[in-house]
Amino acid sequence: MDKTIATVADAVADIHDGATVMIGGFGGSGAPIELIHALIDKGPKNLTVINNNAGNGKIGIGAMIDAGMVAKMVCSFPRSSDPRAFTERYLDGKIELELVPQGTLAERIRAGGAGIPAFYTPTSFGTELAEGKPIEVFEGRSYVQERWLKADFAIVKGELGDPMGNLTYRLAGRNFNPLMCMAAKRTIAQVSKIVQPGGIDPEQVITPGIFVDGVVQVANPQQEEALIRAGATYP
Amino acid sequence: MINDIKLTNAQIAWRAAQDIEDGAYVNLGIGFPEMVAQYQPEGREAIFHTENGVLGFGQAPAEGDEDWDLINAGKKAITLKPGAAFFHHADSFAMVRGGHLDVAILGAYQIAQNGDLANWRVGNKGVPAVGGAMDLVHGAGRVAVITDHVTKDGKPKLVAECTFPLTGVGCVTRVYTSLAVVDIQDGHFVLREKLPQISLEDLQAVTGAELKLDGPVADLIVPEL
Repeated sequence: MDKTIATVADAVADIHDGATVMIGGFGGSGAPIELIHALIDKGPKNLTVINNNAGNGKIGIGAMIDAGMVAKMVCSFPRSSDPRAFTERYLDGKIELELVPQGTLAERIRAGGAGIPAFYTPTSFGTELAEGKPIEVFEGRSYVQERWLKADFAIVKGELGDPMGNLTYRLAGRNFNPLMCMAAKRTIAQVSKIVQPGGIDPEQVITPGIFVDGVVQVANPQQEEALIRAGATYP
Repeated sequence: MINDIKLTNAQIAWRAAQDIEDGAYVNLGIGFPEMVAQYQPEGREAIFHTENGVLGFGQAPAEGDEDWDLINAGKKAITLKPGAAFFHHADSFAMVRGGHLDVAILGAYQIAQNGDLANWRVGNKGVPAVGGAMDLVHGAGRVAVITDHVTKDGKPKLVAECTFPLTGVGCVTRVYTSLAVVDIQDGHFVLREKLPQISLEDLQAVTGAELKLDGPVADLIVPEL
């Protein structure tokens, strides 16, 4: 088995117009910036993008939005130090927003990957974000039914990967990445280093390779937050 | 008058910190609540949780030492204490909703006497953003709010019913304000502490629902900060 992909361009080559794409990361932490920029180079349109945020500055998801690629964002917090790209389009009615509480977003993605079509959570009960959703009482307390969230593609960032698709993560860069790996039909991971099978101690594997379809090495990856602070733009 | 005697944000944060037990698992909301971490009493050490998947983080690193893969939910750089742990987002919110946190301390626009909290948006304009606010109000053993007692234009933040969009229903257990410490019990505000310089009548006048009494009201005494 060899899930290795040679280039980031090859890694995103199948992502097509109208696709739903999960993009890992929380702000810049764990964001697969090289894969996102390769996707901008390819330029599919009318995408639904699932991420905790909705882009920052003129790189990454912000640059995807500026490039007119994103029809809808599913996220918990479409704000950042520079949310201009999303904010302008949203206020102009040119991009749709599905706002999801952060823990519900994580659990919906996990449920999508775990084959659980719906679940009940106390989160959002009695608020406008629960409007229209089924409510059920368990042990005297009210809960909101939420549906699974799945995607055509997930692009994520790991630290080590191997040809089997096993992944580790760096620091708090883990966040949504392992969940998104589970919930997409096709998951592509960029990693700082691809090691041989066995090069990751099985006890240290965070995402087992069964959830990953392709692994591409991006040595010395860029960090979104560092790029933003340097005033970077893409393309 | 109130502006002359009211506590600073640092003093409110200090007061909230005094109620956090040694070894407690604590989530501090983004912004003002983050200050609470600075005022842990001597000899006590809480373990801080952040939604993006870290338990056991410490102070911010020195400028220039930031690693932007190591941040908190406010996207600020953090450091790790010995014994810290990383985990993914679903585990992180299992810690929240699953009742594993001892304390969550959050900011507020309004708190109602039944414990309803409004802290995520003030109207229908602009871009809505909820983050983890609606999750954090569920599951922690104590959900406390730290806030000014009144808005910038002098309106009560402790109200009979919230008029801003709700974050959660009946979720707040205690409020630390710039004038008082108030518990929420059985659908009522119960006054526990107040600044000695303010009379009960004057405090009631800037509170949007009845302050009930249940035993003695202690003086709210804090250090200069």
